[in-house]
Parts: sequence; structure tokens; C-alpha cells
Amino acid sequence: MKRIIAKQELCMGCGLCEVYCTVQHSKSKDTIKAYNSERPKPISRVRLEVNKPISFAIQCRHCEDAPCVTACLSGAMQKDEKTGLVTHNPDKCMGCWTCIMVCPYGAIKMDQQGKVVAKCDLCQGLEEPACVANCPNQALVFKEVKL
Amino acid sequence: MAKYVIVGASAAGIGAVEAIRDVDPVGTITVISEEPCPQYSRPMISDFVSGKADFNKMKCRTDDFWKENNVEALTGKKATALNLTEKTVQLEGGEKVAYEKLLLATGGKPFVPKMEGSDKDGVFTFTTFKDAERLAAKIDSINAKAAVVIGAGLIGISVTEALLKRGLKVTMVELQDKILSLLLDAKASDLVEAVVRKAGVNIVTGQSVQKILGKPDNEGVVDGVILTKGDQVPCDLVIVAIGVVPRTELVTGTAVKINRGIVVDNMMQTNVPDVYASGDVTEAYDFIMNQNRLLPLWPLAVLEGQVAGYNMAGKKTTYMGGTNMSSLKYFGTPIVSIGLANPKEDPALEVLVEHDAERNVYKKIVLKNNVIVGMTLVNCIERAGVLFYLMKNAINVKRFKQKLLSDDFGLATLPVGLQRKMCVVQ
Repeated sequence: MKRIIAKQELCMGCGLCEVYCTVQHSKSKDTIKAYNSERPKPISRVRLEVNKPISFAIQCRHCEDAPCVTACLSGAMQKDEKTGLVTHNPDKCMGCWTCIMVCPYGAIKMDQQGKVVAKCDLCQGLEEPACVANCPNQALVFKEVKL
Repeated sequence: MAKYVIVGASAAGIGAVEAIRDVDPVGTITVISEEPCPQYSRPMISDFVSGKADFNKMKCRTDDFWKENNVEALTGKKATALNLTEKTVQLEGGEKVAYEKLLLATGGKPFVPKMEGSDKDGVFTFTTFKDAERLAAKIDSINAKAAVVIGAGLIGISVTEALLKRGLKVTMVELQDKILSLLLDAKASDLVEAVVRKAGVNIVTGQSVQKILGKPDNEGVVDGVILTKGDQVPCDLVIVAIGVVPRTELVTGTAVKINRGIVVDNMMQTNVPDVYASGDVTEAYDFIMNQNRLLPLWPLAVLEGQVAGYNMAGKKTTYMGGTNMSSLKYFGTPIVSIGLANPKEDPALEVLVEHDAERNVYKKIVLKNNVIVGMTLVNCIERAGVLFYLMKNAINVKRFKQKLLSDDFGLATLPVGLQRKMCVVQ
């Protein structure tokens, strides 16, 4: 399946991926509102990893054999066999953090002020995920990657 | 005759059904389950009591799970006997179910120590949905004001939070000197204890309940407890939340080998051919302790069930093992603790600790020969999985050891070779 992969040597560490992800996953889809007034506060599902001078963005890998799906206590985390996506249903999520404990990528975050988790959904409905489309240095690519 | 018979329909049973169907779409599967309701998340029963979740939210698979997986589900039925020679499971009422491959996924049952008065009305255990339903109904029907929770482990702390949310005054009684003592070291335990006390819970450690008292006008109904040292705590409810013990009664007296739980090899097979076991009833492999032992944890039960399922269906699969590992969400304090997080003094172990009192953050990593063998994270858990990956794959961390506790520890800290192997960078 198509996955997002980082070109570490091209990443400037600007963090715009996080900004565009946050806005894309906000209700208002408006940068100012998303950051200043929207509640619950939308969060970025991509995380900029920095260990200067190295930086790159990381988001859910949509693992073939996803440890978060096996570990999920509530059935909120599922592997869609057709699309390959690892999907998360916040209405089913109990916020037990078990998926966070077992995700090798640290790609699952706490959302809604620590009530449930949130993770990358590869921006369903968009041609290209927001972080990839808006990376100013093309340090993120969306392509077929085998895990 | 069913090709596969599974006794138990919780985590391990579900894992096994899914694994079998992954490789064998047609072989007949019969599941025997005492519980009549659809698959639900047992760890969620405290959310049911607190009112945060209804049964619908607790369901961890679709309503048509049995149908979708072409399973004959004998729900609401209890397996009472096992005949390994004729390869049958007998149900209550005498009916027999024959198998080619059998999985014992009977789980655990609450441990209730000998205690005077434990048969009184108002004493509960806390393992199944039925327990939760009965407890919630009781709170309403008697307008309960106070509860004593016996045991300050995972179950104890979860039910304590739920009762508190329902407006009850809760006293948690723990025999050990510290709460969550199987999971946390003294420092982390103190930190969590302070949070729980601040929320209004009365915590008593180093004691147990020696007697449950009845009401003066109705001896059969809970009125309070007497602690080991003689103190009396008035309450309407007592919840026994000490832990679970394997439900081995079905195999007791048969040729299936039992230690504390059912003994299995790394394919989850018992000593009897064609008989497998998984989940809380089993002693499965702990990759940190390098031995098989009881680890009654939901995610491990699913994994063990999957391994058993694959092997039953003929796809040879080895269980890589789990370890004592839990994440906690209670009292607004996220915690992850894995492996040897609270080791005894040992010169072979190196312990890295950081405590930031201001942010109430605690991090501890235990290393052996530069490999992570234990960890505890309090209030900073989002990168826990990266550390667990290093632990599980026994990766030598010598080159970046000094960064393990830093706030920006993450994938960028790892050697480039490992980043590539993990497919995080090109």
C-alpha cells in the first residue's frame, strides 16, 4: 500500500507538517481557529522527530501486522483488510494507552486532553496527505512502501 | 465433529478464531462460552460502572463476529468435563462436543481470600460484565455511599476510580506496603498514591480485611469491615479486587499438565497432543524473565490465542513471548510500566532514573548489558512504544544510552541503520 516515508536529508525541521496535519484534522479547517479557539483542541497526528542536526516527520506506518490492533482493549483500532489502513474509532476508544505502549514508532498520540488516542489516517479523501502535500522541501513522499 | 473447539470467548478465544480463519476459511469452529453476551472488553467494565461506557461501547468485535467467521457459538453454556481419550468436551446438561483440535481459553477467576463475612450481600468481585452490571445496579438500588476496595493493583485502582466517579467514598486496602506494587517501584508508587489520595481516596497499605461486618438489624448485609490491625471502616459495598487465578477446573484430574496455570510450549500446545491453551489460564513465555509464568493481561491473551489458532490450523507459529506490561489511564495519570521495572539490587543491572517533581514526571529505565529489560514512565508515555521495541528486540543501546531519558528521545535518537530497518526514513 501507499505509505508516507521521510527523506531525512531533505527535512529542515520546520514543523509545517504538524501545522497542516492539525488544521486538516480540525473541525474549522482554519489555522487560526484550530490553534487558538477550537475545543477540543485539534492535534497533529504527525510528529517531527528532532535530534539535531537530524530531523524527520513520523506518522502511523499502517503496519501489516499492527501491534496496536492486537493490543487494543476496546476494538477501536482495526486493520482494514481491503485498504490496508489501520483505522481508529475514537467513539470506541477507552483511552487505555495500550496501543501507545506497543507502537514501535511512537506514532500514536493522546487526544482531547488525554481522553482518547489519535493517529494518522493518511488524510482519507485527499489526493495526498496534508503533511506530504505541504512539505516545503518535499521531505515527505507518499508512495508504495512494503513494511 | 468440529475441527476446532475453543472453550472461552474472551481475548484468547477471539484471537484464536481470527487466526484460524486467517489460514483455514472452511474448517468447522465451535466456541463454548459461559457468557451469553457478545464479545466485550473486560478491561472496560470499570467504565461501565462509572457511566462512561454502555455495553454497546464495550463490544470489542462486531455483533456478527460469530457469523462472519462462520463459528458455531454455544453461548451461555458451561463446559464441565473433558475426555482426552474420546476427544470430547462435555457441557452442562450432558451434551458432548467432539474436537480434532482443542483450545482451552477458560481465563481467570477472581481470587477471594478466606475472610469472615465474604458471603454477605454487598460483597463483589470485579472481572466480568455481569459483575459490573450487578455492582452498578447495587449502587443505585441501595444508594451506596461508601465502599472498601480490597487490592490496589490494576483491577483495584480501576474500580476505585469508577466508584469515586459515582460519588462514593472509597477506601482502598492493600496488603503490600505500596499500591500497584507488582508494576511500580516505591518512588513511582508514592507519586501515584499522592494523586489518588488527592482525588479523595482513603488508602490503607500493609493491611488487609480480616472481617466483613453485617448490619446490626440485618447480619446478611454489608455494614463495614475490620482491618488487620483492628480498625473499623464503615461501608455499604466491598469489592474484592486482589487478582485472578487460572480457571483450571476443566482440566484438573486430566492428563493436561498444570503448574499454577496450564503448562504450554512456545506453540501454545499443552503436553497432550491436539490440546492447546492460551490466555489467563496459561503459563506463557515471559521474554524478560526467560521463563513461562502467569501473565493475565488482555493483549497477551489475544497474542497467545492467535499463536494457538495458527498452530491448530497447521501454520507453524512460535510465540515470541510477553512480559509484565501495563498501561494505566486512571486518575488522569498515564503510566506505562514494562518488564523488570522494580528489580532487586543487582550489580548486573544499570538503572537510569529521572524525576521531575514540578511536572510530576517520572522515568526509569533498567538495563542489563546495555539492553533495556525494564521501564516505567509516568506522565510522559507517548514514546513508550519505541523503548518497548528496543526492549523486545534486545537492541544494544550503548551508543545512545544517555538520551533514553531525555524529553526529546524518539526515533531520531536511534542509529540510522535502525531507522532504515524500521522504514521510518528512506
